[in-house]
Amino acid sequence: MTKRTIQLKMYRYDPDKDDKPYMQDYTLELEPSDKKLLDALVRLKSKDDSLSFRRSCREGVCGSDAMNVNGKNRLACLTDIDSLPQPIVLRPLPGLPVIRDLIVDMTQFFKQYHSIKPYLINDAPAPERERLQSPEDREELNGLYECILCACCSTSCPSFWWNPDKFVGPAGLLAAYRFLADTRDEATTERLDNLEDPYRLFRCHSIMNCVDVCPKSLNPTRAIGKIKDMMVSRAV
Amino acid sequence: MVNRIVVGAHYGLRDWIAQRATALFMVVFTILFAAAALGLPEMSYQTWSGLFRNGIVRFFAFLFFLALFYHAWIGVRDIYMDYIKPVGVRLALHLVTIFLLVGYAGWAAQILWRL
Repeated sequence: MTKRTIQLKMYRYDPDKDDKPYMQDYTLELEPSDKKLLDALVRLKSKDDSLSFRRSCREGVCGSDAMNVNGKNRLACLTDIDSLPQPIVLRPLPGLPVIRDLIVDMTQFFKQYHSIKPYLINDAPAPERERLQSPEDREELNGLYECILCACCSTSCPSFWWNPDKFVGPAGLLAAYRFLADTRDEATTERLDNLEDPYRLFRCHSIMNCVDVCPKSLNPTRAIGKIKDMMVSRAV
Repeated sequence: MVNRIVVGAHYGLRDWIAQRATALFMVVFTILFAAAALGLPEMSYQTWSGLFRNGIVRFFAFLFFLALFYHAWIGVRDIYMDYIKPVGVRLALHLVTIFLLVGYAGWAAQILWRL
């Protein structure tokens, strides 16, 4: 089997050494077992160990290796190398401060996530075994709980770029609806109060970049629409 | 004032609904008005102003302008919120925009009702 060669164009920035970021070209020879973009990055790092990126599970569950690939946010471990036009241009997720190369500072992203209280709030005494839900009620949580917090969606959202400190962002709002939709949660009023704000929720203008990039095929725009529906039904 | 991020103004839902309601109203009015205007026997000042002498057209045309200005206010404010960071500048722009739109509404009423 002939060995494949790919061209990469990579964003490089080491604040200890570089005055400003620059793009570096690489030509990389792949092994037949290299299928995903992450395989190529791991191979590249074995040749140039100054290169930095995050990764962990390599199977689309941990959400560590989100990056901007040819202009679109995606997970390197779920992206087929052969599906990408070359040179493959790799940049860090847009809108967040760069720590080094493809590694961004996700503090703001997680701050927004924590602001929606991403945990079940129920002050009733816990039943002997577990809090039960009907299968229909459980159904509503599908498409919400699967989020892996990779930040592909929030960092592709212009509203999040302009107001990352005030707008919760698609990932946080998807999680917010996950708990609003949970029949075991009792803090619905407080959760809606917390979101009824021109910045926190209503910066979303349904651009749907979030839906376009989500590597888990989730739909934050639909969840945000349902939050607005809940607000309408309690106000009208 | 200490430099902290403050959110929680507890509004936004009404504007969000109003933006959609005014858009819907404007679309329906535009279609019906276009149909009425195209149905005129001839396009002259007399027939055009005759159209506006009809009380129902006047009523809905005035509502159309109010819807337009309210819709514009929400949209323009969204732009300020996204792109104008200094609070003082944003407040000043809000006021200028409100004054302009209220003035336009009065002007539109005057034009519509003198026909």
